[in-house]
Amino acid sequence: MTSSSDGNLLEVKNLRTYFDTEDGVVKAVDDISFQLKRGETLGIVGESGSGKSVTNLSIIRLVPDPPGKIVSGEVIFNGTDLLLLPNDAIRKIRGRRIAMIFQDPMTSLNPFMKISKQVMETTQLHLGHSKAQAYDHAVRMLETVGIPDARGRADSYPHEFSGGMRQRVMIAMALSCEPELLIADEPTTALDVTIQAQILELIKKLKRETGTSVILITHDLGVVAGMTDHVIVMYAGKIFEQARTAELFATPGNPYTKGLLRSVPDPTDEQGKLYQIPGLPPDMAHLKPGCPFAARCDYVQDICRREFPPFVKLNTDHHSLCHFAREVYSESGGTPVQE
Amino acid sequence: MSANDSTLVSIRDLKVHFDLGGGGPLDKLFGTNTVKRVVKAVDGVSIDIHKGETLGLVGESGCGKSTLGRAILRLTEPTDGQVFYNDRDLAHLSSRQLREQRRHLQIIFQDPYASLNPRMTVGQIAGEPLETFRLARGREAEQRVQELLETVGLSKRFIKRYPHEFSGGQRQRIGIARALAVDPDFIVADEPISALDVSIQAQIMNLLERLRREKNLTYLFISHDLRAIRHVSDRVAVMYLGKLVEIADAKTIYNEPLMPYTKALISAVPVPDPQVEATRQRIMLEGDVPSPINPPTGCRFHTRCPYAIEKCKEVVPQLVEIKPAHFAACIRISPAQPHIEDVAPGAAPGLPQTGPQEA
Repeated sequence: MTSSSDGNLLEVKNLRTYFDTEDGVVKAVDDISFQLKRGETLGIVGESGSGKSVTNLSIIRLVPDPPGKIVSGEVIFNGTDLLLLPNDAIRKIRGRRIAMIFQDPMTSLNPFMKISKQVMETTQLHLGHSKAQAYDHAVRMLETVGIPDARGRADSYPHEFSGGMRQRVMIAMALSCEPELLIADEPTTALDVTIQAQILELIKKLKRETGTSVILITHDLGVVAGMTDHVIVMYAGKIFEQARTAELFATPGNPYTKGLLRSVPDPTDEQGKLYQIPGLPPDMAHLKPGCPFAARCDYVQDICRREFPPFVKLNTDHHSLCHFAREVYSESGGTPVQE
Repeated sequence: MSANDSTLVSIRDLKVHFDLGGGGPLDKLFGTNTVKRVVKAVDGVSIDIHKGETLGLVGESGCGKSTLGRAILRLTEPTDGQVFYNDRDLAHLSSRQLREQRRHLQIIFQDPYASLNPRMTVGQIAGEPLETFRLARGREAEQRVQELLETVGLSKRFIKRYPHEFSGGQRQRIGIARALAVDPDFIVADEPISALDVSIQAQIMNLLERLRREKNLTYLFISHDLRAIRHVSDRVAVMYLGKLVEIADAKTIYNEPLMPYTKALISAVPVPDPQVEATRQRIMLEGDVPSPINPPTGCRFHTRCPYAIEKCKEVVPQLVEIKPAHFAACIRISPAQPHIEDVAPGAAPGLPQTGPQEA
């Protein structure tokens, strides 16, 4: 295992993933770049259709092809470009060194297979465990993720488990080979709030214990605030802003981020009219020239409708895709660095 | 809280039980399902909804909040209890009489994709209630529909389009237009924003709030999203496994929850502020919500409650006015000792009282 000198576990460079649809080409992910440091948690926030899930499917090369296609870019994981690997090599990484948890724990588990067997599969395949070894390991993993009476319940079927329990099983499966990277795509969206708190706490605890790096995809800014070190905000297939989590929440440098933050009701605040971002997300098959957010933006000027905005460096580890990034950042109380 | 002039809808001891079968002679003969299984989705709920307010109803999945909303409008038949609207008990009206009342009571559904007929145009969808209740026809109806669309923020050019041509947020607006067509007094909004993106949620919450002011509406706003509930509601009722466990005004319930379940629920809500999140102490609940088929005895929350004592397994707590206009169902607190943290271990100051159990 070669480790790159700068401490990056994952480096995504100029990734483009396009989909051929009846309406034309949809640029679901369009030229995005980011890094994930070892041991850190990166949050990817965006609304439906922003490209956050496609980004991660691209990293592990699970984009349905056709209609999807990774058009260009590099995904450097531990020094290797995953996009150049042959299929059998990527299969050895998937589930072993990069694991995934999906939103819906019901559809991601096989309803006809015992829980134990599903957890065993991963280690039998990747670690060459014997049946007995794998079974013991599976029970241990189920215990780790907090399934009560794990040995007694290991031979249950998925429908006998609640949503929260099923998500725990998914986490047990994902972590059973001690992956270096865990990708969690809306892991708690289908769960109740008290169960969400349990699962998030579990992910945090396991991360502390194993040192796994995590990419957490979510639409919930509250979850991002509590779980992540870095945040990427996506809109219309582009990264609109990226920064350290505390910095992004304190001094957002992009009108879209600002709008998103203001449109979440603050429970500690007085009731009043909630800020709303006007309009709808753009039709991804027919993007107009200029900034894709222009039609909904409070700061819009003529240039925004004409020219695609630059990705402006505002501070160390803080970039924003906006013609007026510096102004927005200053207004939030930040001091832009001089290039 | 007794029914008074400001009460629009008054719910008394409402129950909705679903019989899952079992326990019949044949079941006994074959030795399967020998016990009768009943889901007590709503089990003795009493509350008044005041004219012009938004009452938030919050709880986790399976707690019965949607069933309660539907039972008020009799979209699900109540098993027992009363729902008073204009001094009539909706729960016991004949279907013809109920039809007349439905004009005043409408519902907005969660799933904007499933609740609109895909073969009807927007104009037909929003106009259908006008026809059903013979409120307008022809030219007049068309004009009314155009107004409705504009009221909910849709262009009247959309009148001939079909639901699939719209986004989720726009569809929810169509659903709202349909509910408004008959000029109702009361609207049950059942998870109206749950299926929508964050930026669209804010739009729909603001729209509902504006409509309430302009049209003097009263809402029962059902949601599992505590942040949204806190924002839109005047008062909030918290539901757990078929029962109301706490009622107070929205600010109070958020800042000073009394019942342990409400405390845990509110502490579980992620706050979009990294600094708050970093220092925050959460009350972590053990385990899952128990099945409503055989709910726990006594206080239904006792299996997960960090403060539970033996007595909690036996006594069904009643809603008691612990502080002015703040009701909670927990035997371990009382008006004299409202804060459970200050109550002596093992003590149950709420116990011996017989009496007030009404909200």
